[in-house]
Amino acid sequence: MTKLTFIAHDGTQFDVDAENGSTVMENAIRHAVPGIEAECGGACACATCHVYVDEAWTAEVGEPEAMEEDMLDFAYDVQPNSRLSCQIKVRDALDGLVVRVPERQG
Amino acid sequence: MQSRPIPKGTHRMTETIKTDALIVGAGPVGLFAVFELGLFDMKCHLIDILDKPGGQCAELYPEKPIYDIPGWPSISAQGLVDKLLEQIHPFKPDFTYNRMVSSLEKLEDGSFRVTTDENEVFEAKVVVIAAGGGSFQPKRPPIPGIEPYEGKSVFYSVRRMEDFRGHDLVIVGGGDSALDWTLNLQPVAKSVTLVHRRPEFRAAPDSVNKMYAMQEMKQLEFRVGQVTGLAGADGQLSSATIKGGPDGDIEVPCTRMLPFFGLTMKLGPIAEWGLNLHENLIPVDTEKFQTSVPGIFAVGDINSYPGKLKLILSGFHEVALMAQAAKRIISPGERIVFQYTTSSTSLQKKLGVVG
Repeated sequence: MTKLTFIAHDGTQFDVDAENGSTVMENAIRHAVPGIEAECGGACACATCHVYVDEAWTAEVGEPEAMEEDMLDFAYDVQPNSRLSCQIKVRDALDGLVVRVPERQG
Repeated sequence: MQSRPIPKGTHRMTETIKTDALIVGAGPVGLFAVFELGLFDMKCHLIDILDKPGGQCAELYPEKPIYDIPGWPSISAQGLVDKLLEQIHPFKPDFTYNRMVSSLEKLEDGSFRVTTDENEVFEAKVVVIAAGGGSFQPKRPPIPGIEPYEGKSVFYSVRRMEDFRGHDLVIVGGGDSALDWTLNLQPVAKSVTLVHRRPEFRAAPDSVNKMYAMQEMKQLEFRVGQVTGLAGADGQLSSATIKGGPDGDIEVPCTRMLPFFGLTMKLGPIAEWGLNLHENLIPVDTEKFQTSVPGIFAVGDINSYPGKLKLILSGFHEVALMAQAAKRIISPGERIVFQYTTSSTSLQKKLGVVG
């Protein structure tokens, strides 16, 4: 199991054990992290699972692909460390990953 | 979720279109409703806000595989839509695209009169709402306090280019709609500023090149950044705040804004039809999938009942039962014979597989 930490916009911290191969979004939904809506169910077809990747993790998580960048155009307050959590796959190297939930999704 | 310029339809009154079943929404469940209703000789007309059949399958994720369609270990969403169109072809359904249903009225004989946002009038004996997550509508951009400007100085589509003549226009977005309207309105507007959060676009490369060329010639301005605030009074815009660009936060004076932030799904005018609603879904019974108004059915993602799952396969089941109930309304007193397509020569005749 890989440990992930979600920090909701109000500061509440959610530490969860995630299965490798699952997406960060799926783990947020499974643990009812507030502020992750994932309207489209993970098809990279909306921008409602937007998160900010903790600065310490941006290099390891990597950059969004072109299709995800296109979707991020629709997100609220996009920052250089913005990602759609449905497009981040959990793997060993992400053990300890911290992501923050934005104030709102779109 | 590619947005496009809204087609420039002209308002005109047309003759009333009569049909047995009016299906609102041409997604997979609406399409399969044609099949089940067709087996009972009911003629169908489908209306959809998109310009093509398939609903979310076609608009949001056409290339994504679906793994839970019985008999198809894997099929792309568009592939499923294509197969459904093939399957319903014998029943010759009619389609009206690019339209949103607006009003519904129950007539004295128990049938329904439905009008669209372009004033087409339909009369149907039953109405089947298969509208999924609702109709695709332009998405409100994440700009706080935008609401009072909407419809006065902030618009989500261009109905008439003349409305923008002489205005200082800000266009927001990086897709084809944003680029197309930037190029088309540039000759009309007093000034055009295009705002997008990055220098890359998801629009046709030709439009992007034209835009950059016009910027070179100082015919328009392109700014990298995100609009974070608006200023003005009484719904009339006077400036927009753009942040995140290379110049820091700046104020751009403007009198009109066109944000193009893709499409979202909203229940829309169906909410005003007098049906019981629960959290933007339409409660139905699980025998007929009928709403609180007899003769109006709701199937697929838009309905709710105990145990509801938003699966395409659940929608397929729902339309099969709905068709039985619809037949009882359309042909009262007629005995309904349950038949299999495998063995019934009468069903096979309707499907065109026997002479």
